[in-house]
Amino acid sequence: MKALFQTLVVVLILVVGLFFVNHRLNVSEGFSGSDTLTIYNWGDYLDPDLLAKFKEETGLTVVYETFDSNEAMLVKIEQGGTNYDIAVPSEYMINKMIEEDLLLPLDHNKLPNLKHIDPRFMDLVFDPGNQYSIPYFWGTVGIVYNSELLDENIVLEHWDDLWNPKLENEIFLVDSAREVLGFSLNSLHHSLNTTDKEKLIAAKEKLDLLTPNIKAIIGDEMKLLMVNNEAGIGVTWSGDAAEMMWDNEALDYVLPPEGSNIFFDNMVIPKTAKNVEAAHQFIDFMLRPENAAQNAEYIGYSTPNLSALELMDPEIVNDERFYPPDAVVERLEVYENLGKRNLAYYNELFLEFKMHRK
Amino acid sequence: MRKLGLLSKAYLVIVFFILYAPIFYLIYYSFNSGGNMSGFESFTLDYYRDLTENTRLIIIVINTLIIALLSAVISTILGVFGALAIVEVKRNRMKSTLLALNNVLIVSPDVIIGASFLILFTIVGIQLGFTSVLLSHVAFCIPIVVIMVLPKLQEMSPSLVDAARDLGATKRDVLMKVIIPYISPGIFAGFFMALTYSLDDFAVTFFVTGNGFSTLAVEIYSMARMGISLEINALTTIIFIITVIVVLAVYIFTRDKRKKGGTVRS
Amino acid sequence: MRQKKPGKIFLVPYVVWIAIFVVAPIVLVLYYSFLDIDGNFTLSNYVNFFTPVYLKMTFSSFYYAFLITLFCLLIAYPTAYLLTKLKHSRLWLMLIILPTWINLLLKAYAFIGIFGTYGAANAFLQVFGIEPKQILFTDFSFIFVAVYIFIPFMILPIYNALEKMNPTLLDASRDLGASSLRTFQKVIVPLTLDGVKSGVQVVFIPALSLFMLTRLIAGNRVITLGTAIEQHFLVTQDWGMGATIAVFLILAMAIIMFVTKNRKRGY
Repeated sequence: MKALFQTLVVVLILVVGLFFVNHRLNVSEGFSGSDTLTIYNWGDYLDPDLLAKFKEETGLTVVYETFDSNEAMLVKIEQGGTNYDIAVPSEYMINKMIEEDLLLPLDHNKLPNLKHIDPRFMDLVFDPGNQYSIPYFWGTVGIVYNSELLDENIVLEHWDDLWNPKLENEIFLVDSAREVLGFSLNSLHHSLNTTDKEKLIAAKEKLDLLTPNIKAIIGDEMKLLMVNNEAGIGVTWSGDAAEMMWDNEALDYVLPPEGSNIFFDNMVIPKTAKNVEAAHQFIDFMLRPENAAQNAEYIGYSTPNLSALELMDPEIVNDERFYPPDAVVERLEVYENLGKRNLAYYNELFLEFKMHRK
Repeated sequence: MRKLGLLSKAYLVIVFFILYAPIFYLIYYSFNSGGNMSGFESFTLDYYRDLTENTRLIIIVINTLIIALLSAVISTILGVFGALAIVEVKRNRMKSTLLALNNVLIVSPDVIIGASFLILFTIVGIQLGFTSVLLSHVAFCIPIVVIMVLPKLQEMSPSLVDAARDLGATKRDVLMKVIIPYISPGIFAGFFMALTYSLDDFAVTFFVTGNGFSTLAVEIYSMARMGISLEINALTTIIFIITVIVVLAVYIFTRDKRKKGGTVRS
Repeated sequence: MRQKKPGKIFLVPYVVWIAIFVVAPIVLVLYYSFLDIDGNFTLSNYVNFFTPVYLKMTFSSFYYAFLITLFCLLIAYPTAYLLTKLKHSRLWLMLIILPTWINLLLKAYAFIGIFGTYGAANAFLQVFGIEPKQILFTDFSFIFVAVYIFIPFMILPIYNALEKMNPTLLDASRDLGASSLRTFQKVIVPLTLDGVKSGVQVVFIPALSLFMLTRLIAGNRVITLGTAIEQHFLVTQDWGMGATIAVFLILAMAIIMFVTKNRKRGY
């Protein structure tokens, strides 16, 4: 009994002590003050030096919180118990959030630096007139391959090249229904926004034939595994590919010419935001060419900021793999919001495909 | 008779080796200047230094500890109540119903628990953050405590209670002086397991957290997209060393008590 | 005759907890399982569950959960037994549980490194002249890591059961001329059966619904019901279907609890 009581007291003292330390830390970092800006972003998707710079300029304390998937972010914002001032969802999710009335319209007068954004990336289907969102980064879906691991005779240019029987057990795929069904659709020269069941089933059946070549269907671990030479080929996003290529020189990236996906991560202001003024300030801050350039060089994804491109290392900017010419960009498709039912159908087919691999 | 054969010793050594292998792997790379967990370049303490400057991460670690300790204490108290209540119930049907309900949360997939708690908190209107995380952790720790305490209560012979009664002990006395001391090993085990489950949990917290409140597991998960920094390895090393020290200290402390305390425990 | 022990007040907080955090979520899950993706009432989720995709998934979940539980038991039983023979056995037991305090995702990443083509495991095999082979993304690596994750929870109840066992029983058995094997069969096993049963419960059912590891370690070669639930809740947002799978998991759990129920509970 005595030991129990002693333990209880020790634990409670410990908890109080921890609370105190935590409070002190929060105060010293300014997290508990009212002059804060809360950013809800993907993990490590913003150069921390820029946050420091923003803090210095405005005197605002920035709280940086992270999510790992668009869906997880949606759940938190939908639920209403949160108050993020800035979020950075992908385009299809922005469309959904607009439909569900979760976003605040932006005041373009407060965003003078908006003029630097490439007009090609403005006014797109998911947010006409950029009423709710401002482009942050963009990228494509393509093939990363390791020239040292693969046979010299193997050509990787088109999506169809993945079906080469010589590539047995050599391919990593991203664990995402639309990307995987998408490249199969592209290889059949269909739109990756199709809702035609016959085309989708054909794409799924074609994927089934790819089974012997697939080593694993995985998530972010792919970066680590490709860098470690675990497989010769990976189908993934361009930004991830860029990161892998920094760490492993044998890797290269191709964007198949028959078409692929172009995606956007845009900055938005959720309805539940507390500091709308600061949120605009922050968006404009990130639109400033020098900041956009610095961020792009840190992250590795492609920046939509034209003036920033002029400030960046020409080697990066002229790399057609990540900044493809207009002719290629024209063939890239943005994901449209296909509605819950069609998306569920995509996911069902993807699940069936995964089950098929057994 | 107490001596173990060579084969048995080897077996235990292998089991422990495998259990700790991934942890030592993480610790090893926390000193890697290469920046990732493949190919050791050279020895560095940079990540430990970075760690001390990373206030945000320190706050998250403290949050995690507060949640674990508080939820373990609260769930231990409630769990002991629960175990006493289950023993109290006479009807067998009722008893097994209670037990079955008790075990639902232990065996449910974390995703379901997380999602249903999220719906629940939304309906009730509890803000996501410290409170919702604490409530959830308490909720899924209670059944574990019950499971750990119940066997001790059941093995306790009723004659012990009767004897105490006959000697004129009040209900309160019986509880505090006979029952609780008898089941206290179970209570400690329950507390320990509750801590384990709370520290280990990622999925439930992931669903019910929000607004500037994060625990270590959730933070690590959201770091995965950009690759986990070796600062986390450094942190793991520190946590690991502290835990080993705490476990040793607790063991020595309770063992001394046991010696002095005499013969109460079996 | 048994007198009432200190009142029924203990029942109150516990029952309140059950009502809010056990019964209410079950009711919610049940309710959602009758909703389609647009939130209308439907039975189609249940119809859907009996299509080959989900039946196959259910079968493979049970298959892997069975293997995981079996290997856990085979390794945990001797471990628990030997632990009870050690001098500071309580301390050793705590050290068995301690690795669970380190984040699961980190351990999974460590295993990715260890099992990789150029990882520690293959380097070790090479010492014996065995060529590097693919370990990651195989059934072996999946079951290995799953057993790794669950084994402390299997050792604990078996250890407790063994420790409770009265050593004089073993002596008696031996004095009566029983061989070690017979003692084990007739005395030790029956007396530790309850521990084994609760170990099986806490391993088998969570193993049915493993997710994350199925992707990280098995590269989605293994799809369990848990993976499907996670998908439906977090990606497809078809909460109805996710809830339906959850209903079947809860049913499976109830059945397993019933089968492994402890018979003797007199006092």
